[in-house]
Amino acid sequence: MKQFLAFVRKEFYHVLRDRRTLLILFGMPIAQILIFGFALTNEVKDSEILVVDYAKDNASQELLTRIGASRYFNIRQAALSHKEILGTFQKGKIKAVVVFPVNFNEDLLHHNKAQVQIITDASDVNTANMITNYLSSIIMDYQNQVNQNLEIPYRITPEVRMLYNPQLKGAHGFVPGVMALVLLLVSVMMTAISIVREKETGTMEILLVSPFKPVLVIFAKAFPYLALSLVNVTAILLLSVFVLDLPVKGSVALLFAESTLFIITCLALGIFISIETDSQQIAMLISLMGMLLPTMMFSGFLFPIENMPLPLQIISNIVPSKWFYIIVKSIMIKGLGISALWKETLILLGMTVFLLLVSLKSFKIRLQ
Amino acid sequence: MQDDRVIVCEKLTKRFGDFIATNEITFDVHKGEIFGFLGANGAGKTTAMRMLCGLSSPSSGKATIAGYDVYTQTEQIKKNIGYMSQKFSLYENLTVRENIEFFGGIYGLSDEQIRTKTAQLLQRLGMQNEANKLVASLPLGWKQKLSFSVAVLHEPKIVFLDEPTGGVDPVTRRQFWDMIYEAADSGITVFVTTHYMDEAEYCHRISIMVDGKMEVLDTPTNLKNSFHARSMDEVFYQLARGAKRGD
Amino acid sequence: MEAVVVKNLVKTYGKEQTVAVDNVSFSVEQGELFGLIGPDGAGKTSIFRMLTTSLLPDGGSASVDGHDIVQDFRRIRSSVGYMPGKFSLYQDLTIEENLHFFATVFGTTIEENYHLIKDIYVQIEPFKNRRAGKLSGGMKQKLALCCALIHKPTTLFLDEPTTGVDPVSRKEFWEMLRRLKEQRITILVSTPYMDEASLCDRIALIQGGKILSIDTPQNIVNAYPDKLLAIKANEMYKLLKVLESHPGVINSYAFGEYAHATFHDTDTHALQAYLRGHGLTGVEVKGAEVTIEDTFIKLLH
Repeated sequence: MKQFLAFVRKEFYHVLRDRRTLLILFGMPIAQILIFGFALTNEVKDSEILVVDYAKDNASQELLTRIGASRYFNIRQAALSHKEILGTFQKGKIKAVVVFPVNFNEDLLHHNKAQVQIITDASDVNTANMITNYLSSIIMDYQNQVNQNLEIPYRITPEVRMLYNPQLKGAHGFVPGVMALVLLLVSVMMTAISIVREKETGTMEILLVSPFKPVLVIFAKAFPYLALSLVNVTAILLLSVFVLDLPVKGSVALLFAESTLFIITCLALGIFISIETDSQQIAMLISLMGMLLPTMMFSGFLFPIENMPLPLQIISNIVPSKWFYIIVKSIMIKGLGISALWKETLILLGMTVFLLLVSLKSFKIRLQ
Repeated sequence: MQDDRVIVCEKLTKRFGDFIATNEITFDVHKGEIFGFLGANGAGKTTAMRMLCGLSSPSSGKATIAGYDVYTQTEQIKKNIGYMSQKFSLYENLTVRENIEFFGGIYGLSDEQIRTKTAQLLQRLGMQNEANKLVASLPLGWKQKLSFSVAVLHEPKIVFLDEPTGGVDPVTRRQFWDMIYEAADSGITVFVTTHYMDEAEYCHRISIMVDGKMEVLDTPTNLKNSFHARSMDEVFYQLARGAKRGD
Repeated sequence: MEAVVVKNLVKTYGKEQTVAVDNVSFSVEQGELFGLIGPDGAGKTSIFRMLTTSLLPDGGSASVDGHDIVQDFRRIRSSVGYMPGKFSLYQDLTIEENLHFFATVFGTTIEENYHLIKDIYVQIEPFKNRRAGKLSGGMKQKLALCCALIHKPTTLFLDEPTTGVDPVSRKEFWEMLRRLKEQRITILVSTPYMDEASLCDRIALIQGGKILSIDTPQNIVNAYPDKLLAIKANEMYKLLKVLESHPGVINSYAFGEYAHATFHDTDTHALQAYLRGHGLTGVEVKGAEVTIEDTFIKLLH
């Protein structure tokens, strides 16, 4: 135990003395939150739109046809009460609901103005914004066309409601994403690099030749990065609560527990990479290309998974960050508890156990 | 008398902040001379050599290499020198032939020249059968000989050798020195650093640097006489023992 | 008692089964200073790695302090000290932190075995708060030696400790080894520098994975079969060429300021005349003192 502690302390020295890495570690969350906050765009395609048409008149049908003709939307119709509409969002398939009020056409004819309600799931800010914009422009098109033949123009006002994230805080979508990214970088890349560095400098050789259990080397290496990652989680959450003004709706304790689980997944990955590689560059490349890229692509953080071709959607399931992203998003934004997230948690847990077993099995107590 | 000096150094100095890595070194090297550049680790050899190769600009002092100024004419200097170090000289994952062609190309030799030179070089080293093998697969001694040949491929006026024979077996080491003698005989000036003191004896003249200064510069025989030493090893030991700096 | 016993050890690498260590056998007495002398790629590092249990042999067997290097590798790991060829300490930790770390990893404390490293450590102690990466080559080496000694190893393996180190630091290092020997620690050291061979109790000359000769340095030198001459002339390069073409020469090569040569028939007067006849000046011929390097060249020839 004393040996283990000495090792852990040494690891902390390494981390704390490497100023540049330290700057990256703690500067990264801030930089990423800023970058992703301002610079995100994504395309919306074939979004499922639920239409609740209380009017069922000429005008509403005409508008519906136009919306349906757009390549952005797939329309489903249903007659639902307002409460039921909320329920559809929680199932996750529906991106937006368009509601035509009962007297849509009549309002237009008699008052020359009418309202259409657009309700979107704003926990995915970009998609919500995009959908609202597209829908509004379709409505404007329709309005302009009709108005050509009229003396007193019609005015159709879209009334927009953003569910879950009424102020349209973009951070809602990317705080969980940044969290996944940062944890991945710190835990996978840093762990892999720090172990491989010992191989490169030859110190691993001395450690192998010492009575210190080689497996403990690995765990002692992983430990500081677990701690650092938790510091990062805290930093990101503090940033999001106090700087971006985004409270955590669900349980903070659950959020930390799930984060710890994900960190361990990442550490296992990092250890596995370090066992299979011999140079820091390769370890870094694998971590970046093999881990970071899939996280950006497949977690649903930058690109909606629903818009991807089926094979990619299937691939996205083996990316641990996807599950972590879903979990964090649900806890932070929707305020869901473990009862709603046990499936995702179990998947992540399974991945962790698998990775740990694989890396322990491939770990060698000798060179080569 | 015709001036046959190819390296002229006058009070050449390099400072890094307060630290004077190379302190006012003054010396000349003549055409076809084998010049031994010795010193303990950290004595300032590497810094001096970098300045002479045009890789690093001096803080003060003057130097011309093959007639070109180290401050302003570094491009011309680089065309007229060859360089070989123990640490890096050839690409391990290229074949022997590819390495020769690559370095020939870098120094602007024509395809025709490269072809004839490659053939000559392979024949002289007796490596015709190894031409298409990866350099990584060659024994260390062969690599060293090959990298020396590549360093003089473009017929430079001066070739700089940085510990060229480290870790090489005694027989190959001597074959290597045969090549150095041959190059010097053909008029190439050889500037060499080594930790083997017996190799220092093979040089025409030797300089020994201590703490950034060039303490002595003479022929091996004269040095041994003036230090009343039986071997260069003793001379070196007497000089470098008092050194304060390490690397 | 024998501290290290090596029997027919074999190590091959890669798919091509490149032989790095070829049927090597030797043994080292307890308290002995044993040198493996040979150029890079001779197999020295592979032998050391197998003996320190970080590499598995492909054939043969070996034991350190009576423990088998394959079966009892844990016992060996806690009892030997190892200093790999490359500088293998944590560059971003200070001298003291490095030493403390290695002491703890080996389950001991600096205080417990301070007497072992005292001589060496006092030389670097003034800089104990300096990071290892900022130390000079000689100081790094001393620190590495301290770290390898701190757990009081029975046997010490030093892989090319003096490579790339200047002659003054090399001398100092060997003096430290001589003093360590007095502590009854068995020391195995490898080096490509032939001149360091004479500082060992016994040496093995090794090349291409094979041992060429094992004995005390003196016996190896005494066993040199031919009469060796040292020849000098003002024109060194020409002298070497002329010697090469001399019909009676068995072998000739440069050796410091002299050329060394062996002949079928040594008539020094005739030789001097021959050399002068080829236009050499300042010719001097004398009997040469045989060195390990001469023997090595002879064995390779």
